[in-house]
Amino acid sequence: MNKRKESIAGLLFASPWLFGISAFLFYPLLMSLYLSFCDYSVLRPAVWIGTDNYRELFHDEVFWITVKNTLLYAVVSLPMSMILGIGLAMLLNSKVKGLTVYRTIFFIPSLVPVVSLAMLWLWLLNGEHGIINLGLGKIGINGPNWLSNPAWSKPALILMSLWGVGNAMLIYLASLQDVPVSLLEASELDGASSWQKTRNVTLPMISPVIQFNMVMGIIGSLQVFTEAFVMFPGGVPARSTYFYSMYLYDNAFNYSRMGYASAMGWILFIVIMILTGIALKLSNRHVHYGGV
Amino acid sequence: MIQIGKVFVPILAAMTVGAYLGTEARSHPAEDRKRTHIAVWVGWSGFEYDAFQAVVNDYNKQQNTIFVDLLSISGNSLKTLISASAGLPPEISLLSASEIPQFADAGAIEILDEICKENGLTEDKYVPGYWDVMQYQGHSYALPATPATIALHYNTDILKSAGYTKAPETIEEMTEMENKITTIKEGKMVMAGFLPTEPGWWTWAWGPFFGGKLWDGKSKITFNDPENLRAMEWYGSYSKRFGHQQLTAYKSGFGVFASPENGFLAGRVAMEVQGVWMSNFIKTYSPTLKWDAVPFPYPKDRPDLKGHTIVDQDIFVLLKGCKHRSEAIKFLAYCESQPAMEKLCLGQKKCSPLRNKTDEFWAKQENPRIRLFDEMAYSKNAFANPKIAIMPQYQAEISNALDEVALRTLTPKEAVDKVTARMQPKLENYLRVLEARRKAGK
Repeated sequence: MNKRKESIAGLLFASPWLFGISAFLFYPLLMSLYLSFCDYSVLRPAVWIGTDNYRELFHDEVFWITVKNTLLYAVVSLPMSMILGIGLAMLLNSKVKGLTVYRTIFFIPSLVPVVSLAMLWLWLLNGEHGIINLGLGKIGINGPNWLSNPAWSKPALILMSLWGVGNAMLIYLASLQDVPVSLLEASELDGASSWQKTRNVTLPMISPVIQFNMVMGIIGSLQVFTEAFVMFPGGVPARSTYFYSMYLYDNAFNYSRMGYASAMGWILFIVIMILTGIALKLSNRHVHYGGV
Repeated sequence: MIQIGKVFVPILAAMTVGAYLGTEARSHPAEDRKRTHIAVWVGWSGFEYDAFQAVVNDYNKQQNTIFVDLLSISGNSLKTLISASAGLPPEISLLSASEIPQFADAGAIEILDEICKENGLTEDKYVPGYWDVMQYQGHSYALPATPATIALHYNTDILKSAGYTKAPETIEEMTEMENKITTIKEGKMVMAGFLPTEPGWWTWAWGPFFGGKLWDGKSKITFNDPENLRAMEWYGSYSKRFGHQQLTAYKSGFGVFASPENGFLAGRVAMEVQGVWMSNFIKTYSPTLKWDAVPFPYPKDRPDLKGHTIVDQDIFVLLKGCKHRSEAIKFLAYCESQPAMEKLCLGQKKCSPLRNKTDEFWAKQENPRIRLFDEMAYSKNAFANPKIAIMPQYQAEISNALDEVALRTLTPKEAVDKVTARMQPKLENYLRVLEARRKAGK
């Protein structure tokens, strides 16, 4: 087979993917960029309005409420889930009896579909009959109305997000098992304590994985949607759980303002790109790749 | 490998085609496949869907040229919108009357004036309240499916035990009753007289219940008019009287609407605003509950509002650009005939939107207060969701304002002003774009 035929065969083999990515990713992506400069109600043809959508967004009070809510959620939930994920992975990396059972137990919650999880947590967090408040009551704490008090609704969601830490934990666990025993033994011979071994050997060795999970976490937490959408329709109480993606969804599908929603989508895309870039830049000097 | 491919690919293709043809043949017998198929999408499920399926079955049996494919779709409005934008709408879709402005302004549904005239579906045939909600900008955009009016349902046992023999007629009487019935024991609410958040479905309607208007019908948002402000103050009085924490904690103990743990059905709330369908839920989940219903109370100084109610209605719309328009019209005309409409409404345990009702229809009704719901639709004070296409946003703003007033983060005055200030530019912008599109013919 000559080179030309090989190229054609290669392109043919890749064509389903090329078609898929062009039709279902690049085309919608470019269309949404165009629509973000249009008034578009889905049913009528789009009308070019220049930067009106972007200008309106910056004066939209609800837009800023959702930005604030989303950033707050991300800033708190991301470090918490990272710390919990690493902590659990370290515990599950130790040599204790029944380890596989523990690993399974801690991983199982992350397999629960998000909607089912949200329904479950609606009951766990119920102000009157919820098991969390029941437990708090046993130790003399009068639990709050997690679902209807604006001061507690976001913490409730953050608490719930920790439930799905199993996926990240599994990745940390895999990387922990890749930490060379020789390095740990060498540090032990040098008289390093457990904390020093963790601080100076384990964490640097798994730092690429921490960085990966951090980036994925930034992207995921800024797009928080399903749990809040199911548990707090409309961002109740008093828009305290109204996140960016929910407002975007409402504009697109409830208010028929697809152009406005497209503009929101592009702003989110750019913000995620910038934050991810900053996170990579800041963390790069703390990330160590084996053999480098 | 090549040999395997040569054998398996045709087999696989044949199996796929065979499976498709097989399922097609099974789902539609040969004689049905010769008919013109029309797609009808509804959001109904359960017994409501079954009631309509029975009507559709009758229609499919009584003639042999049209076959109605009925589909129950969750989130039907959104999916209708998407299919219409893709140019592949169903022939008929079931929407809520409140969605007419959005779909009409977007040019997604047909004006039915001519169709109504040709088929004798005129104003005099329908109950006024139900006919009015289908009109928008001087045109009929829909035909009634199943209508509903809203009334104050009350638990007669609870009212009796508090010393009341009849339901409240005015808001002031209701407030007095609430104060007497609502019980707090050891710092916890154990009984509520009335909760405006239960079920919390018609948050936009509190203002109109006090005589307020949400807009002037043209270009002005009027949410900060005195009546709406008064409604907001009334709403905020619940937090003042009983405490927001107390109210929300109590409400959080209720189960989902269709369950025995529903606040009203469980006897934990004495009075609740509900629709004609509530009788059916009482029968299913709380058969021993003793209840009655009356029009929602009016402010004492506004007796002119007596007998007011919300008119809500599921409606049939004809989608623009559908494949089989004339066949769809024939089916719609059938649905609006008295036997079909009564069968549908009886099956769904609702009133009929038609003025004429047979004795059999009344006799078969299981709701003991069905005539009250029917009468209320004739009331001059019956009102419906405002015919304004930005209503979903307006509704969201109102709900948020009510939340803030209940939490006491905003005063009622600040809340109504805030909603007005947010919605006025949105309305102006919407009208400007609409006008520009009209001029451009888009």
